[in-house]
Amino acid sequence: MEITKETVLKVAGLAKLNLAEEEAQRLAHEMGKIVGFAGKLAEMDLEGVQPTTHAVKLENVFRADEMQPSYPREEILANGPERDEACFVVPKVVE
Amino acid sequence: MSDYKAVIGLEVHAELDTASKIYCGCTTAFGGEENTHVCPICLGLPGALPLLNRKVVEFCIKAGLALNCKINNYSRQDRKHYFYPDLPKSFQTSQLDLPICYDGYLDIEVNGQTKRIGITRIHIEEDAGKLIHGLTGTRVDYNRGATGLIEIVSEPDLTNPDEVYAYMETLRQVLLYTGVSNCKMEEGSLRCDVNVSIHREGEPFGVRTEMKNLNSLSAAKAAAAYEIKRQKQVLAEGGDLFQATLRWDDAKGINYVMRVKEHADEYYYFPEPDIMPIVITPEEVEAIRATLPELPKARQQRYKSQYGLSDYDANILTVSKALSDLFDQAVACEAPAKVCANFIMGDITRLLNEKALQPEEVPFGGKELAELANLISQGAISSSAGSKVVELLFQPEFAGKAPKAIVEEQNLGQVSDQGAIKAMCQQVIDANPKVVEDYRGGKKQAISALVGQVMKASKGKANPAMANQLLEELLNG
Ligand SMILES: [Zn+2]
Repeated sequence: MEITKETVLKVAGLAKLNLAEEEAQRLAHEMGKIVGFAGKLAEMDLEGVQPTTHAVKLENVFRADEMQPSYPREEILANGPERDEACFVVPKVVE
Repeated sequence: MSDYKAVIGLEVHAELDTASKIYCGCTTAFGGEENTHVCPICLGLPGALPLLNRKVVEFCIKAGLALNCKINNYSRQDRKHYFYPDLPKSFQTSQLDLPICYDGYLDIEVNGQTKRIGITRIHIEEDAGKLIHGLTGTRVDYNRGATGLIEIVSEPDLTNPDEVYAYMETLRQVLLYTGVSNCKMEEGSLRCDVNVSIHREGEPFGVRTEMKNLNSLSAAKAAAAYEIKRQKQVLAEGGDLFQATLRWDDAKGINYVMRVKEHADEYYYFPEPDIMPIVITPEEVEAIRATLPELPKARQQRYKSQYGLSDYDANILTVSKALSDLFDQAVACEAPAKVCANFIMGDITRLLNEKALQPEEVPFGGKELAELANLISQGAISSSAGSKVVELLFQPEFAGKAPKAIVEEQNLGQVSDQGAIKAMCQQVIDANPKVVEDYRGGKKQAISALVGQVMKASKGKANPAMANQLLEELLNG
C-alpha cells in the first residue's frame, strides 16, 4: 500500500511534528511498508468477526469510587517545564 | 421571504457527583488550592495506569434510563486527540462509536404544549483542567481535570430559544432527581454547547455553528436567540454563513468567532488501550432501573390526581427534589396538601432566598411542616401566625422545636373567642367613621380595611373570617 509524502505531512501536522523534506520521504516509504503488512489481513475472510481492540481478553476492569490522597503539589509541579508557586505555566493561549 | 426555521441541537456536559475522579482516587471536590487534587494518573504521566471508576458507568446508565435511553451491552472508551493545555495527555478519554446510552428522549413543556426531544446518545468522558489567562502566560490548574462527565447529545429537534430553555431546565431537574450530578451551573458542573442552523421548510439543513460552554439556562436561551437572528440577518443581506465555533459573551449579549472550521475536526480517535471494554448485562441494567426515584413528571401527575393541586402548584413544587420530598413527607403525616404546598412555595422559598440557602437546607422536616399546616387548617392559628412560626423555625435558637410549642411559647394562638373579637370590631368601627360611611354607602370592599384594623389590634391573632363576619353583623345590624 502506498503512503504519499502528503499523507505523512498531514499526519505530522496533526501530531504537531515538524519533519524535514527527506524525513517525510523516508517515513512515507516506511509507513507504506507497515500499512502494507497490516494489509495482509484484507486477504482473509473476516465476515462477522468482531474487530479486536485489546490484545488481552479482559472486560469490566473497574475500581470502586473511593477517594485516595492526591500528590503533594511540589512533587506534581516539579514535572512541568515551567511553573509558578501553584500552577503549571504555558505560553499564553489566545482564546 | 425570510421564512427561515431554526434547527437547534444541544450537547450538555454534566459533571458526575462521584467522590473520586474517573480514573484515579483524587477528590472531585470543587475549589481547593490549585493543583492539590492531582496525581500522576489524572495528569497522564508516563507509566501511570488509569482504572475506570465503576460509579461513573453506573451513573451514566442511571441518567440514560431516566432519559428513556437504550443501554449498549458492549461499550468502549476511545481516545480523542487534540492539543490544548487544559488536557495534559493531549487526548481526552471519551467514547466514539459505542457510547453507553443511545436512542432516548426527554419530554419538555413549552406554552402548555408537550414536545418530545430525542436524545441521540450519552457517553462518559473526562473533564479538562482550568486555564487562568494572564498577561504573559497561561496558568493551568488541573484540579477539575479528569473528573467524570457525561455528555448528553440531543437530536436537532429544538426550534426556538424557549425550547432550549425548557429542555435545559427539564434535563437539569431529571439529573438532580437521579442524583448523578449536583448540576451547579455556577461551579461549571452543568454546561452546554448550542448548535444552530437555519433553513427553509423542505430545503436541506443550513450551515451549522457551535457555541461552547454556556453555563446558565438564560445564557443558553439568549445565545440561541442571538445566533438565529444573526444567521437570518447574514442571509437576508445576501452574505454567506460558514461553519464556525463561536464564543458567547453573556455580559455583552453578543457572540464572536473563535475559530472557523475549514475541515471536519480530525481527532484521530482510536480505542483506548488502557481501559478494557465495558460489558453491561440486562440484569445490571434492571438493578439500576430499580434505584431510579420517581421523576418530576410522574410526581407532578401524582400531585394533581392525588391532592388536587393545580398544574402551576405541581410544577413549582417539583422544581427542587428536596422541597418536593419535604412536601411528600408532610402529607404523609396527614397534613392538608394545599396548606403545605403554600408554605413551601411561599414562606419557605422566600426565607431560603433571603438567607441564601439551598433547598436541601430547610432547617426542619415534614413532621414539623405537617403539624404547622394542621394548626392552620384547624383554625388554631392564623395564616400570618403560621408565617411567623416558619420564620422562627429558620432561626437557630428554635431549631428542632415543635411548631405547637412555639405557638404556645410565643403566644401566637388564634383568638376565636367571639366576645373578645366582637369587642375589638366595635372599637374599630368607632375609630373609623369614614370607612364605615364608605361601606354603608355601598363600597362593600371597604370592610377589608376594617378587618385589617381588627387583625392589627389583635396583633395578628384574631380569626380573620370571624372578624369579617362579626363586622358585617355589626355594620348591617
Ligand atoms: Zn488523580
